[in-house]
Amino acid sequence: MPVSSVNSQIIYDALKDAGVSIISALPETWLVHLVGMADADPEVTLVRLNKEEEGVGISAGAHLAGRKSAMLMQNHGLLTSVNGIVSLAQLYRIPLLMLVSYRGEMGERDPWQTEGGLVTERVLDALGIMYRKMSDPALAARDIRQAQTLAESSLRPVALLLTRELMWEE
Amino acid sequence: MLQEDALRAIYPRLKKQIVVTSLGTVAIELYNLGHRPNFFYLEHGMGLASSMGLGLALSLPERPVTILEGDASLLMNLGTLSTMARYGPPNLTHIIFDNESLLSPGGFPSATSDGTDLAGVARESGIRHVTKADTVEAVEEAYAAAAERPALSVIHSKVEAVGPDFHVMGIGLLEVRFGFARHLQGGQP
Repeated sequence: MPVSSVNSQIIYDALKDAGVSIISALPETWLVHLVGMADADPEVTLVRLNKEEEGVGISAGAHLAGRKSAMLMQNHGLLTSVNGIVSLAQLYRIPLLMLVSYRGEMGERDPWQTEGGLVTERVLDALGIMYRKMSDPALAARDIRQAQTLAESSLRPVALLLTRELMWEE
Repeated sequence: MLQEDALRAIYPRLKKQIVVTSLGTVAIELYNLGHRPNFFYLEHGMGLASSMGLGLALSLPERPVTILEGDASLLMNLGTLSTMARYGPPNLTHIIFDNESLLSPGGFPSATSDGTDLAGVARESGIRHVTKADTVEAVEEAYAAAAERPALSVIHSKVEAVGPDFHVMGIGLLEVRFGFARHLQGGQP
């Protein structure tokens, strides 16, 4: 599978360095290695979800308990999480570190991903969520560290869009 | 049974738990019994009280956590029951107060009024300890048993579709949120 295991490892190591100990996830092709790494790591609690919005609640509970968490989801998972983001995370000033695989962007071959790709950044803008597109593995650790720093200081969700250039090798 | 009476009966135990409620009557009735820094009322984000409770229970495995949730909130996120079953934190109890109604917006019947059995959904989602408790005494007994049991427990209670007319608390939601976090993390006010 041409999902980049090298870059997935870089992302995972950066999450660990940032002190993340709870990761919620809904499986997605590009996230397969990241989910596997979390599953194999005894220092991390992996919560496999039925629907991404549950992860907002998991991260809210973790934050209030003083633990750092991250959410792994596809951009369609972001779309399905919007009310939880607004009515829990933003209403209650909960930081969320959201790692979002950015499907439906340039180079996408799956027709069913393309509508989500079209609206992802505009939805983030409409929600007032700061985000960065991650495409350079050399900057991935910095991107994750900075996103978490901002989430924790602003007490708001922050999104990192994992692009094809970072996650896919072909 | 009145939900308020059930809450009053278990309030002495709730005082010693980390408690997350869903929105509506369960939040305001618990608040009216006396706010505590270990109580969190999720006044929006419908459906996510149980996910929050799961996140708390997984984050603080040494501390008991109770979710107090209405039927309409749970119906909005039924998948939460199978996620809870999958991880089964032994320090978590989920009490479902089922008034068969979306009471706060004007008393619309929920799907449980037409036969959806939330205890059955919980059981078939894989939760082993599911108790039906439809009297105050039964709720007290089931909640005491859940507190003693090192396993995820669900209590399903049918209650009357009545609640207070006035739903505004005398404490801001962010005040509750920051006080709750400070309490859990052992900080001083």
